[in-house]
Amino acid sequence: MRVGVLALQGDVSEHRAALADLGVDAAPVRSVAELAAVDAIVLPGGESTAIAHLLVTSGLLGPLEARLRAGMPALGTCAGLVLLASSIADGRDGQPALGLLDVTVVRNGYGRQIASFESSTELAGGVRVPTVFIRAPRITEAGDDVEVLATIDVGDGVHPVLVRQGPVLGASFHPELTADRTVHALFLDVASASHAALSN
Amino acid sequence: MADLPDERSYGTTNVKRGLADMLRGGVIMDVVTPEQAKVAEDAGAVAVMALERVPADIRRDGGVARMSDPAMVKEIQEAVSIPVMAKCRIGHFAEAQILQALGVDYVDESEVLTPADEAHHIDKWAFTVPFVCGATSLGEALRRISEGACMIRSKGEAGTGNIVEAVRHLRTILGEIRRLTTLDDAERYAAAKELQAPLALVAEVAATGALPVPLFCAGGIATPADAALVRQIGAEAVFVGSGIFKSSDPERMARAIVEATTHFDDADLVAKISTGLGPAMRGEELSTLSERLADRGW
Repeated sequence: MRVGVLALQGDVSEHRAALADLGVDAAPVRSVAELAAVDAIVLPGGESTAIAHLLVTSGLLGPLEARLRAGMPALGTCAGLVLLASSIADGRDGQPALGLLDVTVVRNGYGRQIASFESSTELAGGVRVPTVFIRAPRITEAGDDVEVLATIDVGDGVHPVLVRQGPVLGASFHPELTADRTVHALFLDVASASHAALSN
Repeated sequence: MADLPDERSYGTTNVKRGLADMLRGGVIMDVVTPEQAKVAEDAGAVAVMALERVPADIRRDGGVARMSDPAMVKEIQEAVSIPVMAKCRIGHFAEAQILQALGVDYVDESEVLTPADEAHHIDKWAFTVPFVCGATSLGEALRRISEGACMIRSKGEAGTGNIVEAVRHLRTILGEIRRLTTLDDAERYAAAKELQAPLALVAEVAATGALPVPLFCAGGIATPADAALVRQIGAEAVFVGSGIFKSSDPERMARAIVEATTHFDDADLVAKISTGLGPAMRGEELSTLSERLADRGW
């Protein structure tokens, strides 16, 4: 299975380093040809409006959406989660929502940079994962087909921060900015199982 | 315990440097009105720098250049959803406190404004908001990082539309980093002395071959080719000051520089987006300048 990281803008090198820690040499994806050469993809953190703009100008938006609809495994963190959501409550006019995760997100839903924070969250089985939230999107609604893997409570109720729908994972936070590899390992497990099923 | 909100830490190094990481591969554009900020956001900018005059006008007008009026910073914050940065004077921590109170996403302690302190830069560790600072050499970059800067940019020569100084600064910083990686442990002490930088930071750069924070380019970028040049030299993102809104077609120039910054090593594409853009900003030859902004700061 070949893994790629969408490399139009954002913290591409941190995701590649995280995957390298798990023995995966992930390829940067900036063109249609590079997208065709990978079986699973990470949509990194960055500015979701800038990445969306560059998806259009580079001609990648259509092919990426088609691959994801055909079952390509994906992990989106922060801006990547915004791209994968079905609804962006405060998106710019025409900002694409690919709809692979049936969630509504509010961009910068935890506040501006000075409200950005580090914390931790607990996955099933009691595994604690460190979380870095940077101008993070807040998941305000999740559909019935969405599995909530982790939540956080910042004092105004419990909100999902890590979700899964089929072979697609989305995180409000940045697992690539800490040394903990739990989320990337989970993504590789989901992706390889899904890839094996698709190949048979 | 389940009923208590989760513990949170604000303004940590991870959170501050993390926002700089998110801007990698992008373009940060100087804007002086909410309308320009919207043009920048629509063109794919990753952030805007809110200021009252672009550097070319500061250079032309003379006088003391200060932090922008909070009212205009707020207008720009309301106009766009991308991060908003703003500049304070070197050493002027009270201006920085005001910018933090306004909720700006990054503060640029900038040589483009008139310095407020001839000996001391701001103690940036004391702030929740992250700071970017300019540098002309590795020693200067490491001194700013030791004071808490979470992003370093070349100074270049702002407001000139002339890329030569930014190239000099990037090549100096990256060349000095490469040289550090060739030293043995004993030689690092003398290197720290020569660089006038803390030994711990010098040892870290020698071990990793990179700054501990992102290195961006600023100062003199006026065309997509300029962006492609500095990205290939090693800048991870670019600031464009006067180069967009002093060009003949700002919307097209903004889009073209965004594309060139992402696809910097695809010459066929950069050729295509550079075609028919109209005149770039006029620019200035450096020997004609009466003052070098890059000489401010130490």
